[in-house]
Amino acid sequence: MGVQRTIYMDHSATTFVKPEVLEAMIPYFTEHFGNPSSLYGIAQYSRKAIDSARVQTAKALGADPEEIYFTSGGSESDNWAIKGVALANRKRGNHIITTRIEHHAVLHTCQFLEKEGFEITYLPVDQYGLVNPVDLEKAITDTTILISVMYANNEIGTIEPVAELGAIARKHKVYFHTDAVQAVGNIPIDVKTQNTDLLSLSAHKFYGPKGVGALYIRKGVRIENLIHGGSQEHKRRAGTENIAGIVGLGKAIELATTDIPGHNATIKAMRDRLIKGVLEKIPNSRLNGHPEKRLPGNFNVSFEFIEGESMLLWLDDEGICASTGSACTSGSLEPSHVLLATGLPVEISHGSLRLTLGDANTEGDVDFVLEVLPKVVQKLRDMSPLYRKSGKEGGCNV
Amino acid sequence: MYSDTVMDHFRNPRNVGEIENPDGVGEVGNPVCGDIMKIFLKIENNVVVDAKFKTFGCGAAIASSSMATELVRGKTLEDAWELSNKAVAEALDGLPPIKVHCSVLAEEGIHKAINDYRMKKGLEPWVEKNPHSHDHAEDLTCDH
Repeated sequence: MGVQRTIYMDHSATTFVKPEVLEAMIPYFTEHFGNPSSLYGIAQYSRKAIDSARVQTAKALGADPEEIYFTSGGSESDNWAIKGVALANRKRGNHIITTRIEHHAVLHTCQFLEKEGFEITYLPVDQYGLVNPVDLEKAITDTTILISVMYANNEIGTIEPVAELGAIARKHKVYFHTDAVQAVGNIPIDVKTQNTDLLSLSAHKFYGPKGVGALYIRKGVRIENLIHGGSQEHKRRAGTENIAGIVGLGKAIELATTDIPGHNATIKAMRDRLIKGVLEKIPNSRLNGHPEKRLPGNFNVSFEFIEGESMLLWLDDEGICASTGSACTSGSLEPSHVLLATGLPVEISHGSLRLTLGDANTEGDVDFVLEVLPKVVQKLRDMSPLYRKSGKEGGCNV
Repeated sequence: MYSDTVMDHFRNPRNVGEIENPDGVGEVGNPVCGDIMKIFLKIENNVVVDAKFKTFGCGAAIASSSMATELVRGKTLEDAWELSNKAVAEALDGLPPIKVHCSVLAEEGIHKAINDYRMKKGLEPWVEKNPHSHDHAEDLTCDH
């Protein structure tokens, strides 16, 4: 293999835990382990820790602390928001609007509700992955009870006009949920001015631990519980709190939202150099997603004539961690539903690569990828029967 | 996810390329499904004297093409025809269940190339003993 170093360019999949975050968490595994529901003195520490994490999280979103509920992560938050609102409001209506490019935590939840008698509208997106607010407004009916549109797409990085979509929802008195799992730390969020009723987030996407997330529920939103049991989280989400995880989430969200513009400037500069370099060096490649309205670290590109998994395997050999929209990695045979929704032809979707930059990266990483990636693509193209067919010169010296 | 043998054949694929004036060519798969395999055979005195491939596909597809071309080299056409997808997968020390179709594709590619040769010679094409109903060309649903 000969891996000299690891170049981690998959920050949208997950991030490392920042040392300050880990440091904040450790005492809650060892010293302050008391169950927050207990009466004795030592349980106070864990109770207080959860309270301050709630304040930190609320501040990062422009919410009130009482509107923050800790969960096990983004998937639970999405499930809770959608199923909870659907069940609590089914007398008002059974129609939910979402988009074709949501994360599976939203899409599969909606598909589940369809089986339970709900009607779901899946809004299309344009070639950049943007939802058209006009389409949303047209889709609203008398029975619409919830609109769920992701803040930013995890695959192609496109940032949706959530404030505008939220305003439409509010005008029609329909609840608006946004899956902001990819947005926190990358885009300034303010739930009040952005007309958001429910918002999902997950700590491990912004240098916090895995297994912990939160759902913001605006005061007054009618929602059923998802996890029944004890009276934790103001009787809304049962289960002994993941104290250390919650502390980590609080610290991580505080760090991630302290200087978003400054942080983004660094990441975006590296990312833009990577995009420019790859598109220049590799012919028959195209950028997926919006050229400007995209997450600062996201680069999603398609290379014609090759398949994504074999690209990932070669990159892995060079120590580069990336991901693909090809079906061959996921075990399904359909390539990324997001790429297909943007109208990218199926065969080209198979040859797509996602590189997501973040705090683990340096300019040197970008140089290395720019050196390695063109060789990998060429190696696979030389092997591909499609390359010749398209009239390109393809040597066979693999 | 992959065995060392699969990774070896993926990293150092044997027999990549095309044969000039091949005696038999077989192309199977479909770009929509994410895999296309093109097998080239050179045949002398009923023996496969050279086999090469070009493949668009995942790691398992490339390794299966590499292994299948290795296995048929030097074989009589009858023996080469007997090469099963199982034999390809076994020679690779196994494939993950979702990748078994890659070895099926390799078997079919070899069969198609052999029949291409037979038809060019004016012979009846051999009939698949165990049709996999896997001809992607008519199967745009990719339902392997």
